[in-house]
Amino acid sequence: MDYLFTDEQKMIKELAHKIAEEKVRPAAAKYDISEEYPWDVLKVIGESDLFGLFIPEEYGGMGVNITNLCLATEELSRACGGIAVCYAASALGTFPIVLFGNEEQKKKYLPDLASGKKVAAFGITEPEAGSDASAIKTTARKEGDHYILNGLKHFITNGGDAETYSIIAMTNKDKGARGASAFIVEKGTPGFTFGKKEDKFGIRASSTRELIFTDCKIPAKNLLAKEGMGFIVTMRTFDMSRPGVAAQALGIAQGALELAVKYAKQRHQFGKSISSFQGIQWMLADMATEVEAARALVYSCARAIDAGSRDVSKESAMAKMYASDVAMKVTVDALQIFGGYGYMKDYPIEKYVRDAKITQIYEGTNQVQRNIIGLQLIREMAK
Amino acid sequence: MNIIVCIKQVPETTEVRINPETNTLIREGVKSIINPFDMYAIEEGVRLKERFGGKITILTMGPPQADSALREAISMGADEGILVCDRAFAGSDTWATSYTLAGAIKKIGTFDLVICGKQASDGDTAQVGPGIATHLNIPQVTYVKKVEEATDKLMRLERMLEEGFEIIETPLPALLTVVKEINEPRIPSLKGMMRAKSAKIIIWGQKDLGLDPQNIGLCGSPTQVVKIFTPAPRVGGQILKGEAPEIAEKIVELLRNEVN
Repeated sequence: MDYLFTDEQKMIKELAHKIAEEKVRPAAAKYDISEEYPWDVLKVIGESDLFGLFIPEEYGGMGVNITNLCLATEELSRACGGIAVCYAASALGTFPIVLFGNEEQKKKYLPDLASGKKVAAFGITEPEAGSDASAIKTTARKEGDHYILNGLKHFITNGGDAETYSIIAMTNKDKGARGASAFIVEKGTPGFTFGKKEDKFGIRASSTRELIFTDCKIPAKNLLAKEGMGFIVTMRTFDMSRPGVAAQALGIAQGALELAVKYAKQRHQFGKSISSFQGIQWMLADMATEVEAARALVYSCARAIDAGSRDVSKESAMAKMYASDVAMKVTVDALQIFGGYGYMKDYPIEKYVRDAKITQIYEGTNQVQRNIIGLQLIREMAK
Repeated sequence: MNIIVCIKQVPETTEVRINPETNTLIREGVKSIINPFDMYAIEEGVRLKERFGGKITILTMGPPQADSALREAISMGADEGILVCDRAFAGSDTWATSYTLAGAIKKIGTFDLVICGKQASDGDTAQVGPGIATHLNIPQVTYVKKVEEATDKLMRLERMLEEGFEIIETPLPALLTVVKEINEPRIPSLKGMMRAKSAKIIIWGQKDLGLDPQNIGLCGSPTQVVKIFTPAPRVGGQILKGEAPEIAEKIVELLRNEVN
């Protein structure tokens, strides 16, 4: 379907597609096995200016545009959901600075993130605070012109490999959710170390680590916005980044669909290509329709954000939830079309199933997304 | 350093069809790309520019759609593109092509270096690069796999040969043809693509170049294609089985029969 993208957007899609086919796809299996961080591929993505898609031009970026970011993320994810999330997670870690950073913070951190020289990460999740983000225990205590951070973040994408971290910590426990604040923490700050690297089911090219803060002293000027704005920073960041996760899911689904069609045409049984069987055609037809529906939702949501629509929580939750559910279903069906071969690691399709699963879980589980949608529906009715 | 990179737009597929009457390629319906070997020439030009500064001009002869090849080269870091395009140049063989491109280079004027891919993937002749150097009367170094040293007056280059490599020094201006071992062509940047989209492509025809009409196009081309065909695949061979001494004897016998 023609989404009437602008010439610039078509260019971004074409460029990301080229990188995906020439650099990401050939490296996907290697990094899935080794779990090494794909620096060489990210370097190419950086040199091609794609890290600039979530950073304003005055700080070395190409201008913040969620549709553009989704186009790049979808194309990269078609080839490898793991490598793509290293890219998308840098956007997640950068948004707090883009949205709430002051001039000095933006000047200091954004140019290197725009060029891809450095990547960013976002840290809110803790062992006891997943869906219930308000339960975070990490603290930031003000001492003179510094804050002292103590606590543990876990499941942090790009953790350990990122240089720039946006961290949510409690500055005033008594105030509950209003007592959280957002900070920029640089890798290498004394008292900031990394715990174990997680051994994951999918997206194995990306790194997921614990962040450990032990009397970690950071300058007070690293506070983003004001004290107490931590959850506002988080919510605004997620509103911007959720379409990106949806685009990642969409890309994984699209990639699996393409592999399934290609395989169905090649595979012969009963003396014919299995693509000539109606049973297979109907499966492919359903998969393609669902992928297209997800795409329509993702890009209409992204465009609404770019057009300045403020109230996008419901739509961005819908896009993330629907696209990731589609990704899960489509990848499983694609594997089914591959039959026994699909279950083997010699074929690329089983990785798509593994990579798809996380998109239903992170950046708010799909159950949390449904909560957001449900709550919003009830609110709208009360108006 | 002012560099001219000569490129050719070629059909993407290696399974091109040939018009049996004219013995020329059927280009309709086949996606066009920059000749893969020329991508290394562009990349080397961009790397030299990054080291020494200067300007890269991309030169191609072809139909109007070769415009897209020039823009792609600009997106990789070249500065400008010149399309040599005229019906009068149609049907050029390697001699007429190199004569015409040399004419365009003379019109460009001053330059330090001309870089070409070692050959085009459609014609496979590897003649146009050396032909241009001959028409320009400048030194040529073919099959370059590494630029060891470069100044604005001299280059020291490694040439790839069948049995190893040789190191050659050449004064500039000179023409190089490069092999794929020399570098890995970069993926363009988004900023480069945007620049390429709005870049103005210069188009030169026979009127602009004022070349000798006897030396251009089909009538300036001494090459006559008599027949183009796919060579029959090699068949058979013989597998000898048994112990080594037995086989050795059999081979000797077979060879003797062959001679007799």
